[in-house]
Amino acid sequence: MHLSESVVNGFFFLAPWLVFAPVTGLLINLIFGRQWSEKMVGTVASLASGAAFVVSALLAYSVSINHGEAVRWRLAEWIHIGTLNLDWTFRIDSLSTTMMLVVSGVGTLIHIYAIGYMHEDVRFKNDEGRFNRFFIFLNLFIAAMMILVSGDSFIMLFVGWEGVGLCSFLLIGFWFEMDTLARPSWANSNAAKKAFIVNRIGDFGFLIAGFLMFWYLGSFQFDEVFKAAPDVAESAPWVIVAITLFMLVGVAGKSAQIPLYVWLPDAMAGPTPVSALIHAATMVTAGVYLVTRSAPLYTLVPQAQYIVAVVGAGTALFAATIAVGQYDIKKVLAYSTISQLGFMVAAVGMGAYVAGMFHLITHAFFKALLFLSAGSAILGMERGHHHLAHGHHEGKPARGKKSSKETHDDSHHGEVRRVEPIETFDPGDMRNMGGLRKSMPVTFWLYIIGTLALAGIFPFAGFWSKDEILLDSSLHFQNIYWLLTIAAFLTAFYMGRQIWMVFFGEPRHAAAAHAQESPKVITVPLMILAGLSVLGGALNLPFEGFHNLGHWLGYTLGEVEGLPLDLKIAGISTALALLAILISWFIYGRNPLRAHQPDPLKKPLGFIFTGMENKWFVDEGYFAVFINPFNKISQFLADVIDWRFWHDFVHDTVILGTYNWLSEIALDRYADQKGIDAFANWLGDATQSVSATLRKVQNGFVRSYALAVMLGVVLILGYLILK
Amino acid sequence: MVPVDYYIVLSAILFTLGALGVLIRRNPLIIFMSIELMLNAGNLAFVAFGRSYEIAGQQPFFTGQIFVFFVIAVAAAEVAVGLALIVEIFKTKKNINIDEMNSLKG
Repeated sequence: MHLSESVVNGFFFLAPWLVFAPVTGLLINLIFGRQWSEKMVGTVASLASGAAFVVSALLAYSVSINHGEAVRWRLAEWIHIGTLNLDWTFRIDSLSTTMMLVVSGVGTLIHIYAIGYMHEDVRFKNDEGRFNRFFIFLNLFIAAMMILVSGDSFIMLFVGWEGVGLCSFLLIGFWFEMDTLARPSWANSNAAKKAFIVNRIGDFGFLIAGFLMFWYLGSFQFDEVFKAAPDVAESAPWVIVAITLFMLVGVAGKSAQIPLYVWLPDAMAGPTPVSALIHAATMVTAGVYLVTRSAPLYTLVPQAQYIVAVVGAGTALFAATIAVGQYDIKKVLAYSTISQLGFMVAAVGMGAYVAGMFHLITHAFFKALLFLSAGSAILGMERGHHHLAHGHHEGKPARGKKSSKETHDDSHHGEVRRVEPIETFDPGDMRNMGGLRKSMPVTFWLYIIGTLALAGIFPFAGFWSKDEILLDSSLHFQNIYWLLTIAAFLTAFYMGRQIWMVFFGEPRHAAAAHAQESPKVITVPLMILAGLSVLGGALNLPFEGFHNLGHWLGYTLGEVEGLPLDLKIAGISTALALLAILISWFIYGRNPLRAHQPDPLKKPLGFIFTGMENKWFVDEGYFAVFINPFNKISQFLADVIDWRFWHDFVHDTVILGTYNWLSEIALDRYADQKGIDAFANWLGDATQSVSATLRKVQNGFVRSYALAVMLGVVLILGYLILK
Repeated sequence: MVPVDYYIVLSAILFTLGALGVLIRRNPLIIFMSIELMLNAGNLAFVAFGRSYEIAGQQPFFTGQIFVFFVIAVAAAEVAVGLALIVEIFKTKKNINIDEMNSLKG
């Protein structure tokens, strides 16, 4: 073990427990989880994640008492080949500890939430055995994410990067044998595969960037790379441009940017806590973290920075338009996540790293809150549907935890658990909801807080972070500023639409009418997240003497002067957000949607809305341009080249035919039959005939033996005499 | 003095008679007698040669005569064993035809 420069105080020796704490929880659940109750399993997993949070907090404290000095804590040797020296080293500085706190903090809350959520989810899907598995995966994710954010080299970061990708795959495909409506289908596993494959494309870019880095900069270790970069940037600037742009491909894959964002909406097939933790709050921000971590590289090449910013801003606007036309409550949030990730990527692309990280943190709070509240609403709908499907004989259940318990007990009675749904009911479809405000008041208020934070209404967290990004972009690139402003307007609009559709109006489905509030294990973590969504802006207030996050990250990224609040920018964005919510009220709130009524935007917008509704046909486009030709080529290769040409012609006709001819004509007919066979037959025949002759001599008559003896004697004697 | 050639010719005639008897006759008693004839043909040759060497050599030389005693002794033993066997075979087969005795199984 080694400390970077001088002996430092603090809790740096705890760094390995960032990874080992969740791994310990994972192992405990792996070994004992089958016998333990759900509460026990959930508690162990949450404690493991909580331990990682405590370690993160202690590490952050240690960094602060050492004035932000980066500490590299080497745990083990890994690869030492030639000039390549890779160790498993934990890098503890203000940037990594920030990420650790977000990951483990939000992660722990989501673990707790998941105890309640998965309890019901596994029962609605009739497979209680999977409860344990879910928490094993969740802990594995925390461990992998910790490796990602604490890595001291691009390769160690990549290990975590792949680890979280694996967990994402496992958790999207958690209900792998059904679709999101629990019908038997491969839809969920296809979504998991899609996420994995699209991420491979991104990882390909990341790997190329890594190879270039090692070839031209001679190392993977952050400090060494950043030290070598300026010289290379002067002699061969294209190298740094190539590295940063290939890295952008990786970022686009993991952080769901154009053109690789298509996996994230499908990833909503996973259980809602997964959507919140992995596909909103933490994993997808890894790309933003990567760009921030590589800030010294990006700063060297402004043209690459501009491309990153444009990709981010373009994604922000593009995804926001799609979100307007979605009906699934989680799909709206998924596109919203892509859009907000676009904000972050645009920010870090412009060099506004603090603003990007700030938005990353606040977004983790309020988007996790929104997803989890949406999960709570979906559960409420499912409870209502369940209640209907099993008749009303139980009487009207009371609200809260108790009622959900009773409903479950109902499902345990008798062997009627495999009841097929009478109709295909989508509890996540906003067109089925409506009026949940009355039946689920806690979820409603939490959702309102999350929405206001996301829409950027003063003084919620989203206002401060989004405003900082807009302010930075207005100072650097006007076009990006306008893209982001329109995206922010649409953000407020689609969130307003969602609120009116889900919580206001009258229930559009019987299940919504019977929806029930979620228990405390679900709502309490949400309240904490709601608190953070309200107060998160305090991390980096744009006033003289504040800018706390800016100072804190300045230890790692270099001190930057915090921008003061620009009332014009803030005023425009707030006004636009309020306007958007007002418009959404006019369209969706004033005349609430009725059952089976088409979206009121459909008529005025016409084909534009059809485009939004169908995600601008991007998936179809990818199918037409890449996947179908690829399928055709593989079909051709498999059928024509491999099967018909290679197998049928080369193997069967040429090789097998030649072999048959050879063996039949040359070997069988001539060598074998006429050579070996003939000799063997002759040998047998000869032996038989000789023995037939000799057998006659052996007749048993003493006289003939005596005659033979005498003849022998005569012969020998004759020879001896006559020789 | 009768030359040694005469004895040898006589011995050869006796031996041939004995051999023919062994080959042709089927009665084992006769065969035994033929064997005796052959042995004695040999004895005659021994004695004749022994005598001729005694005359040619300076010192007395009884090797041939002594060998004949051995042959007579062995022939006696052989006949004793052979007759015993024939008696045993007769007991089981009620027959002593030599052509019947072509299997090793008693």
